[in-house]
Amino acid sequence: MHELSIASAIVATAERHAGGSPVSVVRVRVGRLRQVVPDSLEFCFGMVARDSVCEGARLELEVVPAVLRCAACTHEWELEEPPFWCPECAGGDVAAVRGEELEVESIEIEANQEEDACIART
Amino acid sequence: MHRTHVKVLEDVLDANGTIARANRADFDREGVTVVNLMGSPGAGKTTVLEQVVGSLPGVRVGVLEGDVKGSFDADRIAALHVPVTQINTDPSFGGECHLDANMVRSAVPMLPLAEIDLLVIENVGNLVCPAEFQVGEHARVMVTSVTEGEDKPLKYPLMFRACELVLVNKIDLLPHLDFDLDKLLYHLDAVHPGVRHIELSAKSGEGTEAWRDWLVEVATHGHVHA
Repeated sequence: MHELSIASAIVATAERHAGGSPVSVVRVRVGRLRQVVPDSLEFCFGMVARDSVCEGARLELEVVPAVLRCAACTHEWELEEPPFWCPECAGGDVAAVRGEELEVESIEIEANQEEDACIART
Repeated sequence: MHRTHVKVLEDVLDANGTIARANRADFDREGVTVVNLMGSPGAGKTTVLEQVVGSLPGVRVGVLEGDVKGSFDADRIAALHVPVTQINTDPSFGGECHLDANMVRSAVPMLPLAEIDLLVIENVGNLVCPAEFQVGEHARVMVTSVTEGEDKPLKYPLMFRACELVLVNKIDLLPHLDFDLDKLLYHLDAVHPGVRHIELSAKSGEGTEAWRDWLVEVATHGHVHA
């Protein structure tokens, strides 16, 4: 259940960027190679968002496909499931180009005009 | 009131990463190599440690025990006259399922860093969560056992990918099980091609020499040779 820790970190990140305004949407990019369960993350987010600027906010998760690159033959491919061997040369020295993301991409805040001006300045 | 879009583009675990780097800097300053020992509950993490921590030639070792509750594992290590520090992730029912950088940070002042060369952090028994949280370690070791099923690497690829060494424990039980060791190794290579593994029995001692040598090598050079 590390989704609880991750949800807390998401709320903390959103709070830092919200400037005290209520947050209506939090967009998070989750790579396929991360072991994060979306349903569990959404459930935990709803819990830890209570009594914060994220209370009632919608969590939008974008799942980023896993793209690997072979060091030997430079082939790049999208991985649906293991094995991680290169489908072209069967090499094992592969690195993830995409799919390890776990980031808050953006938030939507409900701000009035003066607050907008503050956010624009910061 | 109207809606405003704010770009964030920030790693969710950035705060954990920052604290992990601070831990790492403290360990490096004291010349201590740190190994994060992970694995499921019952894989034998404490037992594989018991086999070697008292007999590492030329290496002074300390242990940080992470558990949800209790000091059972720490007591076993302390009985070997090895300095051990305990962190509990929750003092009541049901604590965190992993150690994070901040928990290790809170234990740093209690660690005898000036008197050790190698610190082994035994993580909370879990096959998912610890892999997501760096704590400032130099290397990660994953303990699995032949009583767990050959498909574990496929079910928990992140954990099996996030380590430099896999210990396959309890091989003394192989004659009594329907466990296909070759199948496990095939699955292991499929999720982490080329990863080093050591087959051992922490009970009989078979194979523990290679595990001991690996720890001495890491403690001496401060990192893992590819």
